[in-house]
Amino acid sequence: MLRLERLSKTYADGTQALSAINVEVGGGEILALVGGSGCGKTTLLRLIAGLDTATEGRVIVSGETITSPHEAVGIVFQEPRLLPWLKVEDNVGFGLAGLPAAERRERVDHALERVGLAGYGKRWPRELSGGQQQRIAIARAFVARPKVLLLDEPFSALDAFTRASLHEHLLLLWEETRPTVVMVTHDVEEAVTLADRIIVMRPKPGRVYETVSAHLDRPRDKLSAGFEKTKRRVMNALDRSLRPETPRPSVAEVEAAASY
Amino acid sequence: MGAGMTVTSPATAETGPATSPSRVFLVPRRALAVAGLLLPLLLAALWEWVAAKNLISVRLMPPPSRIWATMSDLAARGELTIHVLATLYRVFVGFAIGALAGTLIGAVAGASEAVRRIIDPTLQSLRSVPSIAWVPLFILWLGIFETSKIALIAVGVFFPVYLGVAGAIESIDRKLLEVGRVFRLSRPALVRRVMLPAVLPAWIISLRSGLGLGFMFVVAAEFMGASEGLGYLLVDGQQMGKPDQILGAIIAFAVLGKICDWVLVLVTKPLLVWQDTARRSL
Ligand SMILES: Nc1ncnc2c1ncn2[C@@H]1O[C@H](COP(=O)(O)OP(=O)(O)OP(=O)(O)O)[C@@H](O)[C@H]1O
Ligand SMILES: [Mg+2]
Repeated sequence: MLRLERLSKTYADGTQALSAINVEVGGGEILALVGGSGCGKTTLLRLIAGLDTATEGRVIVSGETITSPHEAVGIVFQEPRLLPWLKVEDNVGFGLAGLPAAERRERVDHALERVGLAGYGKRWPRELSGGQQQRIAIARAFVARPKVLLLDEPFSALDAFTRASLHEHLLLLWEETRPTVVMVTHDVEEAVTLADRIIVMRPKPGRVYETVSAHLDRPRDKLSAGFEKTKRRVMNALDRSLRPETPRPSVAEVEAAASY
Repeated sequence: MGAGMTVTSPATAETGPATSPSRVFLVPRRALAVAGLLLPLLLAALWEWVAAKNLISVRLMPPPSRIWATMSDLAARGELTIHVLATLYRVFVGFAIGALAGTLIGAVAGASEAVRRIIDPTLQSLRSVPSIAWVPLFILWLGIFETSKIALIAVGVFFPVYLGVAGAIESIDRKLLEVGRVFRLSRPALVRRVMLPAVLPAWIISLRSGLGLGFMFVVAAEFMGASEGLGYLLVDGQQMGKPDQILGAIIAFAVLGKICDWVLVLVTKPLLVWQDTARRSL
């Protein structure tokens, strides 16, 4: 469904953000990316979305190489990025300009209902809370029925309670069309709650460090032993990924610092 | 004066609950509007009183009643209408031309880095030329009649609109443009659905300052030798020693300018209802 082949990205200033990423994601699979700050998660999503071009390697969606934004790929950014001059319903329907008005209406209303904001269509974005705006952004991506949906820390600005309810809304939408989902998160519990597989990344240059599979029953029971175990495995991997690669120089540094 | 104050206080109490909850300041809006009107009236009354007590030279500083009498006399003879219409006509035509040119050239300069680098230095230096400096040149080029006047006003309106539009396009949020890209909007669709609405608020502000400058430049234009217009009333008042007419024309300028700005705000308000700004009552 989605395949990343030796995907590398070096920015114009020489920053090596990603190095030879090889990942294959199945149809309808939910993949979570976790990893320390700056390990190239956002860069990876931008490459898949076709917003940036890879230095090497390629992104393939259903056999097609992605070079620019593609209709099969949708993205929800870290910020809602709603257009402030459009009513909520027009924001949700932003990508449906080609559809007949009646069908557009129907899809928009349905998506609004799914994210728990039925009846908010006539409001302005400024009249919504941060969590509501993020839900609109998710609805906007879903109504276009992408085969691959990318989510870049979509809930990171929200409190734990709002976040939990958004997880439910997200899964409800996902169950309808079963898109392949790649989501970036900093929250291990969030990753285990939503994903079938979790990739832990490591920085400088960004690459895959460890893959943890999380094929637990849905809806996930956060108190189950399986959930706990998967969570602990991801946390361990994350811990190790954040440690310096070669511990020796750092010991030397500590000694050097101590000798002052 | 005292009576005026007592009349407003019950009105204040009445409008209190009607104010919108989004107001930052809790002073009722209508009360503020009344106070805004009251200030010039208060000043006029003070002036009238000082003149009546002969504390100032009535010949050079005619009291409001004299100015009023002169202006209503002009109005009764139908002359005031002619002058006001002449000035308004020049401002509108000059404004239309200047705003159109400023919008188009500003849009091109905002959209293309290369174009901006080429034309911006020239335009910026032309902008600092004082309005009066253009007068002799325009008279030589375009003659003494309407064309040169309208050209001068158009020049005045052009610069703020150009600057406003070019700056607004340059500062469009890249993040919102990306939303357009993600949904694969064509270039024209991106302009229409994202870029235009994004620059709208700045464009309207630039039109307002352009209109204000248009009123400044129309005076310079009418000093070029006009036989009608409020600027002509100023020149005529000076030559004939009629300070009441000069003051009347100045007040007429103030009122006209304010009304035109108000109309512009009123017409464009529906375009900006979505805005999330601190002061939406502009
Ligand atoms: N436009 C850019 N130009 C140059 N370097 C960049 C650019 N964008 C990102 N980088 C660099 O690439 C690396 C990866 O950045 P990226 O934003 O992908 O990280 P991330 O994993 O999303 O981090 P975070 O979790 O903090 O969001 C970082 O070192 C960053 O400094
Ligand atoms: Mg990021």
